[in-house]
Amino acid sequence: MPVLFKKNPIDVAFSIITGLASLSVLVFIIGILYVLFTESSPAIEKFGVMKFLTSTDWDPVRESFGAATSLYGTAVATAIALFIAIPVAIGIAVFITEISPDFLKSPIGIAIELLAAIPSIIYGMWGLFVLVPIMADYIEPALQSTLGKIPLIGILFEGTPMGIDLLTAGIILSIMIIPFTASISRDAFNLTPEIVKESAYALGATKWEVVKNVVIPYSKLGVFGGIVLSLGRALGETMAVAFVLGNNHQITTSLLDAAATITVTLANEFTEADSDIYLASLFYLALILFVMSFITLAIAKFFLLRAERRFTR
Amino acid sequence: MKTILTLVAAITLIFSFGIAGAAETLNGAGASFPYPVYSAWGYNYNKATGIRLNYQSIGSGGGVRQIINRTVDFGASDAPLKPEKLEKENLMQFPAVIGGVVPVFNLPGIEPGAIKLTSNALCKVLLGDITYWDNKDIKKLNPDVPLKHKKITVVRRSDGSGTTAIFTTYLSQVCPEWKEKVGAGKAVKWPVGIGGKGNEGVANYVQKVKNSIGYVEFAYAKQNKLSYLRLENAAGNFVKPSFESFQDAAASGDFDPSKHFYLWLTNAPGKNAWPISGATFILLAKEKKESNPKVVKFFDWAFKNGDDTAKRLVYVPLPEPLKNKVRKYWKSQGIY
Repeated sequence: MPVLFKKNPIDVAFSIITGLASLSVLVFIIGILYVLFTESSPAIEKFGVMKFLTSTDWDPVRESFGAATSLYGTAVATAIALFIAIPVAIGIAVFITEISPDFLKSPIGIAIELLAAIPSIIYGMWGLFVLVPIMADYIEPALQSTLGKIPLIGILFEGTPMGIDLLTAGIILSIMIIPFTASISRDAFNLTPEIVKESAYALGATKWEVVKNVVIPYSKLGVFGGIVLSLGRALGETMAVAFVLGNNHQITTSLLDAAATITVTLANEFTEADSDIYLASLFYLALILFVMSFITLAIAKFFLLRAERRFTR
Repeated sequence: MKTILTLVAAITLIFSFGIAGAAETLNGAGASFPYPVYSAWGYNYNKATGIRLNYQSIGSGGGVRQIINRTVDFGASDAPLKPEKLEKENLMQFPAVIGGVVPVFNLPGIEPGAIKLTSNALCKVLLGDITYWDNKDIKKLNPDVPLKHKKITVVRRSDGSGTTAIFTTYLSQVCPEWKEKVGAGKAVKWPVGIGGKGNEGVANYVQKVKNSIGYVEFAYAKQNKLSYLRLENAAGNFVKPSFESFQDAAASGDFDPSKHFYLWLTNAPGKNAWPISGATFILLAKEKKESNPKVVKFFDWAFKNGDDTAKRLVYVPLPEPLKNKVRKYWKSQGIY
């Protein structure tokens, strides 16, 4: 390898330029982390780590802040989104790779990618004007009169059905993250060697058995990586959620109640936050989200790398 | 080569315009509530004088931060700064236009203005002590209105806002329990309800959610044809929000130039005054001797020529005596 570099100065320059470009990413990440940390230090000093994470108080007038309500909203909205999106996305991927006739493959593939290209604010507006009334008038009353009657599960569907709540936010989020999981799963499924599948068919396996016993086990790490990438996307989504979540700092048992997420809190309150500790607490929330997303994406990358290594071996 | 030359020429031309324009531009930033009227005034002022107004509506908090950092010619805030704070930051302050906050509701089949509330009843609803529309306190005030046993959904702002500051200041003034439990501010810890982003967000939620009650700027209530409440004012009359009731509030408010006009116009004593009114303010840096007269000139022009524009956009112009008070204040500061 070193011999090559000696031969051609352009190669040296090229490797330096690309190296610097890659290093700049590290500089940016560390820079962002540094700013978040220094800006939030007054809040870290005042509230500490555990107290901030567990306090449900978010009171700008008395300058007492805690992240628990925002964390709760973020976690529940993301969980609902994944709960809906994963089966649908895997279904789409299976259909495209294994079942669909050729002429349908590319239209569906393109449609999925278009879904990922729609700006989130448009999802938010569509959610507020189209989905919210449908949820409030039909779906949520229906859920209350069926699932709401079952003990234990019932508490998830208490309250007034307004359509501006965690459930609606979760559904919008799920539509937004389906493309990520679906296209990565599709790519992972495509990596299953034809010869393995054909052997299974030759042994008399049905399509269902091939998908269940060959394709999915073979590519499960890739699918998992896709799910975690979606998770990262869902954690960071802001505008679409802000429109339909109701933006309320509270922890409730019902999915039909308004809540707040970290990103929505930041988007809503940043411009008018006038006291120093208020601003610092918002930066503190941002720091928490940054660390959370960083860990999530690191996990995703880890699984994707392991999957890749397995296929290339 | 020729295309490159043309391109360079074009870019130079654009930049030279930019530089020429920069000398004739007033830069302001702050409150989003008066943004429509400031930009309409700015447009007309530009046509009349050639001076451009560049107003960024980044929120009252942002406006205060920007003028303290001296990055703009003027800041704008819906919440007045206290005289001590102004002295500390070496700032001046004067009101520019009046607005009002209007409680609105969505009750199918009930007319706008049909429901009367006392400040006490409104406070109880927002604290979550009254949860149904047919509560006896509401029924007693509105014996002729067919109120049903429906749960009240409170809609409020989720983002920090001057509208919220005016509304919660009013509630803290008229309702000791509110003052003790929640307090006043641009963002507060609401006991109940869902939050919409911006005035348009609240207006939208109120339209979408049946049996809801919310609060918006007067302009949004009018434009969206939302049903408003009638409220009891300090003089004990039930008034409805209108230009006249805002004007009455502005006229009866004691704006004191020696305190840099620091005044919350809420619960004003006027007989027909709308109780949740407020002025929006302009902030100037005292040491900016060059740009201040230009800013003042613009607002003086707007005071003289901008009343119709303001009214068309559903803002309430300052009453004439108050305008003169502001002009005297400018004179005393040596910028008029």
